[in-house]
Amino acid sequence: MTKSNIALLVLLAIVASLPLFGGAYTLRLGTIACMYAILALSWNVVGGFAGYPSFATAAFFGFGAYTTGVLLNKGLPLWLCVVISAVAALLITAALGAALLRLRGHYFAIASLSLVEVLRELVNNATDLTGGGMGLNIPLVSGSGVLAEAMSFFYAMWILLLLTALMVMAVAGSKLGFGLACIRQNETASSMVGLNTTLYKSIAFGLSACFVSAAGGIYAAWVHYIDPSDVFDILYSVKPIVMALMGGLGSPLGVACGAFLYLALEEVVWRNYIQIHTGVLGLIIVLLLLFLPHGLISLRPANLWRRVKHV
Amino acid sequence: MSEILRLENVSRHFSGLQALRDVTLTVNKGEVLGLIGPNGAGKTTLVNTICGVTPANSGKIIFDGKDITPIKTYQAARLGLSRTFQIVQPFAEFTALDNVAAAALFSQPGQSLKVAREQAMAHLVYVGLELQANHPAATLTLAMRKRLELAKALAMKPKLLFLDEVNAGLNSAEVERATKLIHELAASGITIVMIEHLMKVVLNVCTRIAVLHNGALIADGAPREVIENPAVVEAYLGQQYAKRNAARG
Repeated sequence: MTKSNIALLVLLAIVASLPLFGGAYTLRLGTIACMYAILALSWNVVGGFAGYPSFATAAFFGFGAYTTGVLLNKGLPLWLCVVISAVAALLITAALGAALLRLRGHYFAIASLSLVEVLRELVNNATDLTGGGMGLNIPLVSGSGVLAEAMSFFYAMWILLLLTALMVMAVAGSKLGFGLACIRQNETASSMVGLNTTLYKSIAFGLSACFVSAAGGIYAAWVHYIDPSDVFDILYSVKPIVMALMGGLGSPLGVACGAFLYLALEEVVWRNYIQIHTGVLGLIIVLLLLFLPHGLISLRPANLWRRVKHV
Repeated sequence: MSEILRLENVSRHFSGLQALRDVTLTVNKGEVLGLIGPNGAGKTTLVNTICGVTPANSGKIIFDGKDITPIKTYQAARLGLSRTFQIVQPFAEFTALDNVAAAALFSQPGQSLKVAREQAMAHLVYVGLELQANHPAATLTLAMRKRLELAKALAMKPKLLFLDEVNAGLNSAEVERATKLIHELAASGITIVMIEHLMKVVLNVCTRIAVLHNGALIADGAPREVIENPAVVEAYLGQQYAKRNAARG
């Protein structure tokens, strides 16, 4: 196992100890941090490894939220709903990928973006099943207290993050990851050496969907009420990309750090500049990307030393 | 000699442009076939059509007794059809070793990355790139990248190897080195189809020559016969070359 993978696991262990240090607010923040990291790490599989700029994260998230929401209303246990959401997302997305991933670059970006709109409209119009624009109420999972429930959702999200991180590490070190790196660098040459590019890209797309969908499911159960404009929010597509770029494209450790940094910035800026917070946040992101184009991961001591020598 | 590849009336057009017209050609096991012709004659398109990059619009391609006309590129690669590119196509961020490992890994089903890397090293040694094994492909010189292409093609354990202008852009010392490599490959029993503009190399290496002009095959035969064929002289070699060649005997 590489050094950066160990560092990522240590980071996750630190996040797991969060409830020891704070109350409801810390737990809420921790749950969102885990969720963001799941989104960013998942996006990294198709966007970072394979080099396909997907804007479909919000579609997977909303799909998971509604699948879990509808199934919970039918009386299924939460864990089963989340597993069904993840598996369904994996299969549907891999099948969709075989068609969508024929497009490259900007064209793929637009096509993946349209996936969000299509799903949102479907949910809006399937009023009988989803409540349409009225939203969907989701029953309480347990009868325990507020803080105990917050704690259990935090750990549910954390375990999902751990699984996502393990999946991303496994992919990075495997034949699949090697093949995706080939596709990112030169797709023509990849198929010429015998790589089934359609299959590899579809698997990557499916993997980038299933954990996001599961996270959407846990989110739905956590907030008890979802509506299409909330869970199919285009920001769920854009934020993971920003996090991955801030942390360092392709590196699991960097992407996870990017997600946590993004959340920290978002929270601090929102508290201090309530009226112009999106503007300030945008400015900070632009500055970070300008001065740190390869993300946080390029701030390793060895690299800093190289930079100093260069000067 | 048994045949390894047979094209039957293969045609390919790109909307209005007829790139290949009814090409019928066989390649026999163990021979080195030179494919020559003026720019835009359809040489690279012919290779692309055989490898499934631009499938034939009509006609049939039979490789090793199997009809491979509608085949996908990656399937062709796994069957043992491998090629180098006229414009080199390395995985730029990968090291030379991983470039070749990728070829060894994906062309052989069930191969593991570790074994692929070991095999890749052997191929790098063969083409003389062992010192550059850990350099990113983007930092290699053009001559080295051409040899890297060759190592990648060899790592796929080819039955039939297409060399698309491996000597273009090389200086004469590098050409000599590459020619020697091709000789060695041919001696090891790989069937080679090479696209080449340097007539010196073609006459030196090839056992047979096929000439394409405007997408049609205009000559096919022993090297000496082909370069004296009036149609070939007219279309490609030019009168001057014919005179010089005749003077030299």
